Amino acid sequence: MRFALPIAIFLGLAAVLALGLQQDPRARPQTRVDRQAPALDLPLLHDPQKQLQSGSMRGQVWLLNVWASWCGPCREELPALASLSARDAVPLVGLNYKDQPEAALELLRRHGNPYLASAVDRDGRAGLDLGVAGVPETFVIDREGRIRYRHAGPVSPQVWDSALMPVVRSLR
Amino acid sequence: MKRYRWPAFVLTLLFVGSVHAVADDAALAAREAHLAASLRCVVCQNQSLADSAAPLAADMRRQVREQLAQGRSDEEVRAWFTQRYGDAVSYEPPFRPGTWLLWLGPFVLLAGAGLALRHLIGRRATAATALTPAERDEALALLREDQP
Repeated sequence: MRFALPIAIFLGLAAVLALGLQQDPRARPQTRVDRQAPALDLPLLHDPQKQLQSGSMRGQVWLLNVWASWCGPCREELPALASLSARDAVPLVGLNYKDQPEAALELLRRHGNPYLASAVDRDGRAGLDLGVAGVPETFVIDREGRIRYRHAGPVSPQVWDSALMPVVRSLR
Repeated sequence: MKRYRWPAFVLTLLFVGSVHAVADDAALAAREAHLAASLRCVVCQNQSLADSAAPLAADMRRQVREQLAQGRSDEEVRAWFTQRYGDAVSYEPPFRPGTWLLWLGPFVLLAGAGLALRHLIGRRATAATALTPAERDEALALLREDQP
């Protein structure tokens, strides 16, 4: 068989490339998972005189949702976040990322506010510290303040039930 | 002239001080430029922080600048980003088991190609020297025909 070697090389290369094509180049690595979440100490969206301190959430399993009024998918996930966090009694804290506070408040007035509270990350430093590349993104944080799971992209009922809640339940 | 000596001394000190400050700034700027060129903008398709106009790239450049100003080393800054955005954020990937193929693959390919080439040349060479007796007679006959 004269062509055995070239054919073997071709098939090997084709297999490697086929595997490579299965991967999503936009998929984000699960970085910072199982590490301590950066401590947030940021002004509240609804009361800028007061600070939201993430240390006050110790002892609870909670969700941190990074959002902005300029982000379409963030708007779309608001109803699901509101109904699902209420149904499963999961504290949901917002991080309003690189936004105009007036626009953010207006969005919540119009579409409902699913958050216990939202912290204002005006210049994106907290987002960078969390490793956020795009909004929305949702973090599951355990009783000790460690990030245990992160989901980039909007939360649908399916994502909530199949990805977020199993982690939350396992931590409770 | 004697009474100007102190002011002159002070001025000299100030001048030396500012030259040092400028040199420090230049060194810091050079390190910042190198880091910005070797860190990936995570929301772009294959652009470095230095190349990208994306808002997130601007935030990342600011982070680089601030951390360098705080006295962190280049490697500490790079580690800060890889902790948050994964190894892919760096255009200078680390050398460890997961990246051995990446670093050593080209050399393995080159060595393989070299061996294959040697094998091929060796085969041609032996094929060219070994003539069967019949071929030898034919060649001699052809050579004789050419003689006048």
